[in-house]
Amino acid sequence: MTVELAEWASSEQGEDTPRSIHQELLPADRLYQRITRGAGSLSLFLISAIGLFLLVKSWDAISTGGLKLLTDRNWAPMAPVKELGVASLLFGTVLVAVVGLIVAVPVSIGAALFLTEIVPRRAKGLFVSLVDLLAAVPSLLFGLWGVYFMAPRVIGLSSFLNKHVSWVPFFGGKQSQFEASVFIAGLIIALMVIPICTSIMREVFAQAPPAEREAALALGGTRWGMIRTVVLPFGRGGIIGGTMLGLGRALGETIAVALILGNVSPATWRILGGGGSTVSSAIALTFPDSDEFGISALMAAGVALFILTLVVNLVASAIVSRSRSGQGVEL
Amino acid sequence: MSVLDRPSSTPRESPPVDVDIDDAPRQLRRIEREHIAELLGSAFAALAVQWLLLARLLPMEGAPAAVLIWYISFLVIYRFVAAQQHGKLAGKDRLATVVLWSFGLIVIGALLLIIGYIVYRGAGNLRLNFFTDTLKTTGPLAPATEGGGLHSIVGTVMQVGIGLVIAVPLALITAIYLSEVGGRLERPVRFVIDAMSGIPSIVAGLFVFVVWISAAKTGYSGFAAGLALSILMLPTIARTSMEMLRLVADGYREAALALGAPRWRVTWNIVIPTARSGLVTALILGVARAVGETAPVLLTAFGASVMNTNPFSGAQDDLPLFIYKQVRLFKDAPVDRAFTGAFVLLVFVLIAFVSARLIGGRARARR
Repeated sequence: MTVELAEWASSEQGEDTPRSIHQELLPADRLYQRITRGAGSLSLFLISAIGLFLLVKSWDAISTGGLKLLTDRNWAPMAPVKELGVASLLFGTVLVAVVGLIVAVPVSIGAALFLTEIVPRRAKGLFVSLVDLLAAVPSLLFGLWGVYFMAPRVIGLSSFLNKHVSWVPFFGGKQSQFEASVFIAGLIIALMVIPICTSIMREVFAQAPPAEREAALALGGTRWGMIRTVVLPFGRGGIIGGTMLGLGRALGETIAVALILGNVSPATWRILGGGGSTVSSAIALTFPDSDEFGISALMAAGVALFILTLVVNLVASAIVSRSRSGQGVEL
Repeated sequence: MSVLDRPSSTPRESPPVDVDIDDAPRQLRRIEREHIAELLGSAFAALAVQWLLLARLLPMEGAPAAVLIWYISFLVIYRFVAAQQHGKLAGKDRLATVVLWSFGLIVIGALLLIIGYIVYRGAGNLRLNFFTDTLKTTGPLAPATEGGGLHSIVGTVMQVGIGLVIAVPLALITAIYLSEVGGRLERPVRFVIDAMSGIPSIVAGLFVFVVWISAAKTGYSGFAAGLALSILMLPTIARTSMEMLRLVADGYREAALALGAPRWRVTWNIVIPTARSGLVTALILGVARAVGETAPVLLTAFGASVMNTNPFSGAQDDLPLFIYKQVRLFKDAPVDRAFTGAFVLLVFVLIAFVSARLIGGRARARR
């Protein structure tokens, strides 16, 4: 290389034209690039394959179900008259996820602010680790805890709300089975989603520009005033993105919801009593004794869930990465 | 991460406007005695209000309702106390601080409640035979201390192992591509990995069921479960290890290249050894995600109550499935047995998490 350079320098001396920079790769390096690129494209191929296969396999159910797929309220692929109310399952899925997020988002914002602004510096590492540990607990254990610890303790609150606050549109109605309700499933989902939302929001809050923080404090603002005027507006993207990522997780949650709801039944607006189920819990609960048609019906439901979560997650990561890219902002 | 974790030098409290200047350094974060008194007083007053409401007025039962009412009345009372003692603005700040503390403590408290309850229900029935027996001769009415989960533990180890063997090389090379090589495919690959890390685990199970079990007519097997788990582990490991590789300082790479090293040698001899402990962390995080998955294994290995040491044919159990199936028997003894299994699973996950933290923490400290 050096020899070439020296030759080039002596032969072209005196000329001022810019030299084009071209790099010749070693054969081994070219192989290395090719292998890594191959692995990358394999990953790329895998997810497209997942989507494609699920689509193809569910075609059977979609062509049988037709438009009724979206309007039926019943999910009975095993009955003599097959009913494929994917709409009802999707409604239940979204309902559980929304109930979960209504609880999880305020708590996550609070916990993220706590971790970035309030917590004593020495305890910070411990608290962050504990929140991350909550994310590592398997969802099955959340479900067990929800069924045997939380549900018996929450039904008092549920029945009270049902009886006395029934003017809220989601409450009321003739309810029974308070322990197998969308409300309790949502609470458990909230617990699972909180660490995800919190860690995203924490990252974004911590990137709020220090100059503006200090300016707010120097102007005589209180810490809460600084949070309200600097950290929260700056972290809006993180709040939205973290919420969406949490929504993606909440939509796909399976086993905990299956344990709490217990069986597959049509969803209702009334969240405090029994009834309702989600796509993934229906798959887990009815899969073991499904025939071939039942399985392709489950597949259709799975595709619906797949598309829904994919859209939610992509939007979320776009929002989060955009709000992260503003980290270079300095006064 | 490292930038974020650095203790900020931001002053936390605005200095009070003080006319006579005192030379003694002011304590910025001292907890005043009156502050504690305000909090305790409000808490006690709230307790009284809660008792009045619950015992005399509202027909509500259960600890959650009691805590909720206590907390709301505490906030209301503290709001007035703080506003009266410190003025409107500072009072608001005090109130916000208390609310944010309580949000943090809610999350930590929930974690401790879950872990505590599972230990409380599960540890008592754990006998040595849990690690030596299967459920072959254990009926639903047998006491919880009988029977064991050896077949499930063996299944878990096999399935997670198969998943790792498939996912780790692909994930690592993909991470190297994203961090070291790059190119036209970089953006779509990162996009896909982001998308994949969010797919519901049951969809991965369905996919393997369709492609492997149903189309290739192979039947349920531990290998199929390993495939499903590898789909779940791949994005987790790839993403984390990409971040770990990115943390290697560019100066190392440039120095190696300037010394004339080929690119693959830079990756192999410089970048990977530097990031080794970070990569181990990525691996452990992937295992922690896979080991607790129930739904995809239910669809691919189906579960069994007897030992099956051949992962390539026949239904196989794993620990989450063991728990799930015991719970779904809806009888006291199996539920207790499920909690024993849950305790063992929790211990596995805790060990994985703590070792990931220790190794990863060492990596971060060395930088």
